[in-house]
Amino acid sequence: MSATPAAHRLLEPGPGDRARHLRSRFFTVLCTLSAVVVLAPLFSIVLYVIKRGLAGVSIAFFTRLPAPVGETGGGMGNAVVGTLVLIAIACAIGLPIGVGAGVYLAEVGRGRLRTVIRFTADVLGGVPSITVGVFVYSLVVVAMHRFSALAGGIALALVMIPTVTRTTEELLRLVPPQLREAALGLGVPAWRSSIFIVLRTALPGIATGVMLAVARIAGETAPLIFTAFNNRYWSFAVDKPMASLPVQILTYATSPYKDWQDQAWTGALVLIVVVFFLNLTARIAASRAMGGSRR
Amino acid sequence: MSQVEELPVPEVTSDRATPAGSRDAMRAAPIGSPTGDRAFRGVMTLFGLTILAVPAMMVAQLVRTSQLSLAKFGLSFLTSSTWDPVHQQFGAWPFIYGTVLSSLLALVIAVPVSIGLAIFLSDLAPSRLRKPLGFLVELLAAIPSVVYGFWGIFVLVPALRESVEPLIIKYLGSIPFFEGPPLGFGMLAAGVILAIMIVPTITSITREVLKAVPDTHREAAIGLGATPWDTIRYAVLPAARSGIVGAIILGLNRALGETMAVTMVIGNRPKAAASILAPGYSMASVIANEFAEADSDLYLSALAEMALLLLCVALVMNLMARWLVAMTKNRMGGTA
Repeated sequence: MSATPAAHRLLEPGPGDRARHLRSRFFTVLCTLSAVVVLAPLFSIVLYVIKRGLAGVSIAFFTRLPAPVGETGGGMGNAVVGTLVLIAIACAIGLPIGVGAGVYLAEVGRGRLRTVIRFTADVLGGVPSITVGVFVYSLVVVAMHRFSALAGGIALALVMIPTVTRTTEELLRLVPPQLREAALGLGVPAWRSSIFIVLRTALPGIATGVMLAVARIAGETAPLIFTAFNNRYWSFAVDKPMASLPVQILTYATSPYKDWQDQAWTGALVLIVVVFFLNLTARIAASRAMGGSRR
Repeated sequence: MSQVEELPVPEVTSDRATPAGSRDAMRAAPIGSPTGDRAFRGVMTLFGLTILAVPAMMVAQLVRTSQLSLAKFGLSFLTSSTWDPVHQQFGAWPFIYGTVLSSLLALVIAVPVSIGLAIFLSDLAPSRLRKPLGFLVELLAAIPSVVYGFWGIFVLVPALRESVEPLIIKYLGSIPFFEGPPLGFGMLAAGVILAIMIVPTITSITREVLKAVPDTHREAAIGLGATPWDTIRYAVLPAARSGIVGAIILGLNRALGETMAVTMVIGNRPKAAASILAPGYSMASVIANEFAEADSDLYLSALAEMALLLLCVALVMNLMARWLVAMTKNRMGGTA
């Protein structure tokens, strides 16, 4: 590395050592403070959601339909199931494409096309999810003439694909090349060693990435409000509107009724617990998988 | 050896090439196994190309959907302040203004904090603290945006209305930028909530960039008698500068497209007011609120044009930012 001109500045007579050390202390404190400032809202949100939502957690919340205004009780059972169905559809569409594109980037692709595709995957990850919603609406909902779980699932798939692609690529790259060489040396065709040796070795890591992607789409609201829309009743039909936890929380959170708001807080608590759990598990799995090879 | 023989033939090949009953043929094939390899490469390339196709389709589809509005309003769509569905007049200016102002407010709040936190995490924190702290920041990113908005309505907005905004008005109220009644809901609330939401993005990318700065830079500075802050200031930050700019752009990009949380606290009034205390509206919010209820083709098309605008901004900013981050990291060249 070339010598930085900045280094010379350090040798010039400055305001004196004492001042330098004081300044260093000062900025260290500032940086530490910023950590506190960032964590404060995290704790505020989590504690407040627990405070308002915990009382509503019950079996009924997961098994009952929403109650009409004025009636107490009821739950978000249909929204919980709806979210699971939407995630399943998103995975069915998004995983093959996401993992396949990741395999392409790590194993197959070459040259400029690969660079362009990798870049595009990153860019796609930065597209606002509301835009994805409008896109899927104009493509799927307009063609089907109604809101549907399928449209919602497609929108969520588009949101998850970039994450899955990039994680898959990164993890495939971590697989030691010796494994592939050994397979090739045994006469295994290249494509088979890609799938059964390289992809398989990276599978636990990829699963971690998928978990994070699922955690992200589980909480997405914007792509769903005009694709899957909402549904007050139980529905498992893929071609009909479907309730989901985030949309249900939105509806109830912005309603003027106390009962509904309470339900929304419980919904928010459930959502946060699920999302945090997925993140934590993914994190632990990842650090365990990396434990041997790194550090 | 026997393990290799028993490998099942996956369905991947069914799509192309390899006719039925090819299992034996393939086993006998030479090491290159051209058919299987070609099919595999073909299918995977197809998946890769899908990634290319999606944004292209998005742009094409949104342009098509916004055709009516593009034809009727042209460029005046961007500058007109009239948003009147009843009289079929649509101008995006108040929304563009709201999106940009709330996002800039978010940057003003989030950037110093994020960079401070990234420095803390990469250089200053005791190594035992770094992992758990990093994880907590990731959790902040994992909170769904609708939950942020909900918290915003019940905690942030009242706090702003009762304690922060009265103070701002008392001391700065004579400046147009800070005048008006303390409503809670408004540009400031949107800015604060966006700031919280983009801190993880800026922090994690800045941290990556800082990590990519070779330790030799730091060692050299320390060897010259630099204090920890001098090391960061003169040896680390200059090398990471463009990467940090990239991180900030990515944060800005996230703020511009953020929908639910903003919709819930910004006040949803389509007027471009100078004061950050006044309620406003953002592009993403108006789409979220009105798209499902748009009752005329022109209305729908105007909202689609707004989505197109958001998409274009996102594409450009991402290209710029990714390029900056990749460039910075490449220059450090894996020495880290």
